[in-house]
Amino acid sequence: MKFTVQVNEGPYQHQASDSAFFFVKAALEKGHEIFRVFFYHDGVNNGTRLTTPPQDDRNVVTRWSALAEEHGLDLVICVAAAQRRGIVDDGEAERNGKDATNIAPGFRISGLGQLVEGAIQSDRLVVFGD
Amino acid sequence: MSETKQFLYVNRRAPYGTIYAWEALEVVLIGAAFEQDVSLAFLDDGVFQLTKGQDTAGVGMKNFSPTYSALGDYEVTKIYVEKESLEERGLTMDDLQHLTYEDEDDDWAEKDSIRLVSRAELAEIMAGQDVMFNF
Amino acid sequence: MSILHLMNKSPYETANLDTCVDFMRDGDAMLLIEDAVYAAMKSGKASARLGGLDVSVLGPDLAARGIGEDKLADGVKVIGYEEFVDLAAEKDKVQSWL
Repeated sequence: MKFTVQVNEGPYQHQASDSAFFFVKAALEKGHEIFRVFFYHDGVNNGTRLTTPPQDDRNVVTRWSALAEEHGLDLVICVAAAQRRGIVDDGEAERNGKDATNIAPGFRISGLGQLVEGAIQSDRLVVFGD
Repeated sequence: MSETKQFLYVNRRAPYGTIYAWEALEVVLIGAAFEQDVSLAFLDDGVFQLTKGQDTAGVGMKNFSPTYSALGDYEVTKIYVEKESLEERGLTMDDLQHLTYEDEDDDWAEKDSIRLVSRAELAEIMAGQDVMFNF
Repeated sequence: MSILHLMNKSPYETANLDTCVDFMRDGDAMLLIEDAVYAAMKSGKASARLGGLDVSVLGPDLAARGIGEDKLADGVKVIGYEEFVDLAAEKDKVQSWL
């Protein structure tokens, strides 16, 4: 089965990103395909590489980056939501005149069409949020 | 190549207190280009999104309520509003914007997009969808 | 077509459980995750709404909140993330009552 997963909340504030992570991991272990993980609303904050969580707690961002690298996952951050909240890659920095970037490895910024495409191309859309 | 799916965008939150209502609408607008069979459902506090007379000047936020009246131009013709949610909140259809679309199959006649449905009817509509979006 | 109804909020914080139960039809299933697992405690008022429904609860979220399986309402199934995936695949679509 092909899944698209939507994450609506940022790291730590809500459990949504954690639940989504474990769902994706379990789906992969069962041999399913994760077509895309789409981060929307505050979910885009899962894509900043600048977090420094306490050593004795999980690292939500790097955990996503590592899973993406291990399985070739497509982690997409919504561009409009990212602009509002300050998640920036090289392209966005240049386009919008920002003096820094902060996107984490394994994530890419793209349009809302990627979510809609995911819903069309996948067998299931699973939404995690508040 | 890909089949047309029945998309239901589920709206259950009030506008302005959180961003979900507006960012959900942005998905609907972008999604229109993908020509799926789209319906919107407004229930629980989502019914508040459609009320008339929203004036956001004092709170310094963008008033996005005019966007709902543009939905017809994006070929969104099925907007389900749940009766029980309206009643619980003391609202009637008169409190809501009058949303319409132009039916190209009927000489561009202007028709109502909002369909008032009971919770039971909405549950049946939901059961017939392929994908639900929630925000 | 069948639906997996995903619940994540405590039934004492929001009215989502009432809405979800009203929308459930034959063949649908409910899965309680995150704070929604509190709905499965038989000592709480919320569990009365689960009667007659196909309800599962995510074990890791129960354990995180210190809820022993002996505290659960009758008929509630405890599952892991892998069975969560199975449920999402088995039902035709997922409705997240956020």
